[in-house]
Amino acid sequence: MTFVKYGSIALISFVIVAGIAIPLTQSPQSWLEFPVIPGLEEKARNIFFHVPTAWTTVLAFLVSMVYGFRYLRTKNPDYDQKSVISAGLGFMFCILATVTGALWAKFNWGSYWNWDPRQTSIFILLLIYGAYFSLRSAVELEEKRASLSAVYAIVAGLTVPFFIFIMPRMMTGLHPGAQGDSSGGGPLFQSGMMAGNMRVLFYVALVGFNLLYVWLFALRLRIARLEDRQRLRQHRED
Amino acid sequence: MIKQIMAVFSKDVRSELRTRYALNALLMFVVTTVAIILFALRGEHAGPTVLAGMFWVAVFFTAMSGLSRSFVSEEERGTTMTLQLIASPTTVYFGKLLFNVMLTILLVAGVTIVYLAVFPAFEINDMSIFLLTVFLGSLGLASAATIIAAIIAKAGSRGTLYPVLSFPILIVPLMTVMNATVKSLEGTPFSDAMVDFVVLISYVMVMTAGSVLLFDYVWKD
Repeated sequence: MTFVKYGSIALISFVIVAGIAIPLTQSPQSWLEFPVIPGLEEKARNIFFHVPTAWTTVLAFLVSMVYGFRYLRTKNPDYDQKSVISAGLGFMFCILATVTGALWAKFNWGSYWNWDPRQTSIFILLLIYGAYFSLRSAVELEEKRASLSAVYAIVAGLTVPFFIFIMPRMMTGLHPGAQGDSSGGGPLFQSGMMAGNMRVLFYVALVGFNLLYVWLFALRLRIARLEDRQRLRQHRED
Repeated sequence: MIKQIMAVFSKDVRSELRTRYALNALLMFVVTTVAIILFALRGEHAGPTVLAGMFWVAVFFTAMSGLSRSFVSEEERGTTMTLQLIASPTTVYFGKLLFNVMLTILLVAGVTIVYLAVFPAFEINDMSIFLLTVFLGSLGLASAATIIAAIIAKAGSRGTLYPVLSFPILIVPLMTVMNATVKSLEGTPFSDAMVDFVVLISYVMVMTAGSVLLFDYVWKD
């Protein structure tokens, strides 16, 4: 875990420094220069922060779904614990992705929020997380709470591909990679708009944020288990 | 199997016809919602986009008030155990789904009639698109609403959580259906609406298949 912890800190610090400090030039000559992406310019730096957090949101949701599914199969409360922790972290990353996206939209499109298909889909994801936690708080019995929320997470997860992959590409939008985007469709890092060094930094950011997720996950799992043990001890003393 | 599904379905229809609780509530809800929309518009002439949106707003909130009955009523009357004993989860699920589909179609038909009577601008220019949209939309709405109703019936607080849990899941069919309804009002060629239908059909299939597989875990205590 120390490797994950220091790895995530080192990688994210590196991305923050390099992503902000490396200059943009029209025709990059060396490794320490980024090309100018038309329509994005300086705002392209958001790729290193916004896209990895959005990616981690989806990953956390998937992990939560998988643990929910495993809980339903085995009825092992440990899986439920992991499912909730992952959902909580996913909610946090989802807020980060929404905020970075809205800030970027303010400078690229002129307003923080304008219901672009991508903004709609991240809004739905926030709603799903909110609904998931309100369902959990509504059920008192632990076993019932675990299985009902697991089922809800999976049912909600079934709709996620629709609004993450189908709707944004079906409807015209302004988000880079959407159907009507001037760069001609397809996510940025598939269409060759990103230079090699940008791509490397992007993947470093992706790994960094994923490590951060793994570290926080392990941390919260440890806290939850310690709390359980303490509750058990108190119970015995009473 | 099909006989058993029909048995669950006809049991629900019969008990519904005895009290007409859900039907009356749905009808009153439609009237109330449309009245509120009329008050809000204050004689302003709304275009097809607004009317199509309002149409499904009325359908959504009415459905949210009535569709949870299918499972909640079993819990309230204490008949869940009996149903668990005499029928397999899959047959119960499909019976309830069928009942909810029927309710939703009735509800959409009611909203359509009220809209046609009240809004002169609500003119259906392409009947085939409209009918297919309404049918697939009802299927999509009912397929998601049924599994959420099953979850809600087992959770403590029944009424308030239902729209909260359903809305994020129903956004995809709602947005698609609103799109397609605008097309039917404007009378665009049928091929233009194909995308929406494909999305709706795949949504219904994914939702139903997932619900059948997961229903076991909700239904059994």
